[in-house]
Amino acid sequence: MSSSRDRILAAVRAAVAGAPEVPSAGPHEWVRPSGGLLELFVERLRDYRAVVHVVPAEEVRATVAEVLGERRVVVPEGFPPDWLPSSFLRDEPPLSVVELDRVDGVVSTCAVAVAETGTIVLDGGPGQGRRALTLLPDYHLCVLTDNQIVPSLSEAVAALDPHRPLTWISGPSATSDIELNRVEGVHGPRTLNVIVATRRTTAPDSP
Amino acid sequence: MSRTFVGMPAFPRAAEEAVQDSQLRFNLRKATHTIRGRRAAVVDEVPDWAAMRAAGKVVKDDVLRNLERYLLQVEEAVTRAGGHVHWAADAAEANAIVTRLVEDTGHREVVKVKSMATQEIGLNEALAQAGITAYETDLAELIVQLGDDLPSHILVPAIHRNRSEIREIFQENMARWGRPAPDGLTDEPATLADAARLHLRERFLSTKVGISGANFVIAETGTLVVLESEGNGRMCLTLPETLISVVGIEKVLPTWRDLDLFLRLLPRSSTGERMNPYTSTWTAGVEGQEFHLVLLDNGRTRVLADEVGRQALRCIRCSACLNVCPVYERVGGHAYGSVYPGPIGAILTPQLRGTASELDASLPYASSLCGACYDVCPVAIDIPEVLVHLRARGPHPAGERAGMRAAGWVFSRASRLRGVQRVMSRMRRFVPRRWLPGPGSAWTQTRDVPAVPAESFREWWEREGR
Repeated sequence: MSSSRDRILAAVRAAVAGAPEVPSAGPHEWVRPSGGLLELFVERLRDYRAVVHVVPAEEVRATVAEVLGERRVVVPEGFPPDWLPSSFLRDEPPLSVVELDRVDGVVSTCAVAVAETGTIVLDGGPGQGRRALTLLPDYHLCVLTDNQIVPSLSEAVAALDPHRPLTWISGPSATSDIELNRVEGVHGPRTLNVIVATRRTTAPDSP
Repeated sequence: MSRTFVGMPAFPRAAEEAVQDSQLRFNLRKATHTIRGRRAAVVDEVPDWAAMRAAGKVVKDDVLRNLERYLLQVEEAVTRAGGHVHWAADAAEANAIVTRLVEDTGHREVVKVKSMATQEIGLNEALAQAGITAYETDLAELIVQLGDDLPSHILVPAIHRNRSEIREIFQENMARWGRPAPDGLTDEPATLADAARLHLRERFLSTKVGISGANFVIAETGTLVVLESEGNGRMCLTLPETLISVVGIEKVLPTWRDLDLFLRLLPRSSTGERMNPYTSTWTAGVEGQEFHLVLLDNGRTRVLADEVGRQALRCIRCSACLNVCPVYERVGGHAYGSVYPGPIGAILTPQLRGTASELDASLPYASSLCGACYDVCPVAIDIPEVLVHLRARGPHPAGERAGMRAAGWVFSRASRLRGVQRVMSRMRRFVPRRWLPGPGSAWTQTRDVPAVPAESFREWWEREGR
């Protein structure tokens, strides 16, 4: 008796037998946004109603402290020590989902940011933590440096490792299911706060 | 449990009822016009959209032409990364596989990410048969599930409901499924969304099995991709110990780099955003999760075998065609009697299910052939072409066949056409504007017969043309 696998593959083969080959699409090169990437990134993020601050690198720590205020936040392993808030929780040993649900927010870095779409991508690397960290708390502060911003999705896809679990975030959680009115925050963080540290001339700290 | 589409009347009868519902027409008109405006704005922003659309078509055609190779690549890559791959020839087999996988975990509850594939196979009903409760977590799917209703749109399944209807559904039914609606619930969208957040939060934190579909599967790496907005997808993909993804075999993209193009095409076409708020990608089990991929045929290889019809498998479920369709805008999704409504449903459903039922046979006629659906399709599916192709394949009444034969005979020789035109213009007084007799009566119920001119163009030309 043939398995479903064999039957499906045989049906696929038979269905296209004799069909002409498809000419190759070739590599795609799409029009990239030109001009100031930082300005575009900030504009697009604000379009999604994210709260954005652009500050010189040396002011990041003060800005983090200021925007967090009294919030009890969790900070993933590997977050740059220079940027740490004064008090915070670590995810070590890993917090339970119930504990995570109770914290006020999370602070993270990101792997890459996309100007054209106002997207930040997390790949679980240093300063980003496991996926649940940036999901359960109602508030997410992402700190990045301006040289992490790439023009478009093409550069982001090229730079990222598909074998890591990736989370692409464009603005806070939102729904348009009720009469197509946009409402921020159904299940993910209802507030997305982004701090961009400007230091174009040097490479970002690799923590 | 939720109703299913089984036993629906043919499209014309279902549509006739739907167009009488003025509330439905109002909700639909508002929603489709809003979203088509948004789509147009963000598509206009992209200077090379036409080239992207052409590239999307080529990539998907390549996937379909070489599907066997890509599916084997998917299987190899997912297995190598530690996941498990299952093959399901039809809905019954897919449901049996998922039911067994859930039973093996020892749990009786699952949380679901909105997925067309699992709706297509009736997974929730099959799980219920086995005593397993499936909780829909997308806000619109929650509204549909709580209201014991059917989805009516691919992207916004509760598009036919307005805010006051949603408030009523929450107040009356949330308690039966878990946490009741908060006291003093208003019909403000933000308040309603908050109620859904509270209702589902404990469910997310405690449920150990998640079920999803996928927007794309990358053959090269075995990576699955889900695009969403609310975060319910991230919850279901991240928190459970076991994740089961049911994915149609046509959802493959060849390489990781191809994702670039499709992340450009899909959000702009579907929600009219530059990017949707959340996209998750994962390769087999990550962060300690157990991962199962169920590859679903369920009629897709039959669609693939049709040279004209196979282009329907390029579909990336963006739903742009629904939002521009004058027929969909007036009758809504339910009349199509399928989880795939609108123009794409009119070609995909009868191909996937066959045309044995009266409803499925009527779907290729659920269109005015205006072509707006083709214009907006991000992978250039020529929906009108497939509609006409499917109409030609289906059975036709004896009267219509006789009429077409007669017309063919007349048009095949100029002298015959001239003779018939002469006779018609002499008799024009006797042709009724309405109420044609016999088989013509169905046509004139909703249309006037065009007036017969006093003379033909040829006659006029011979008289005046020099």
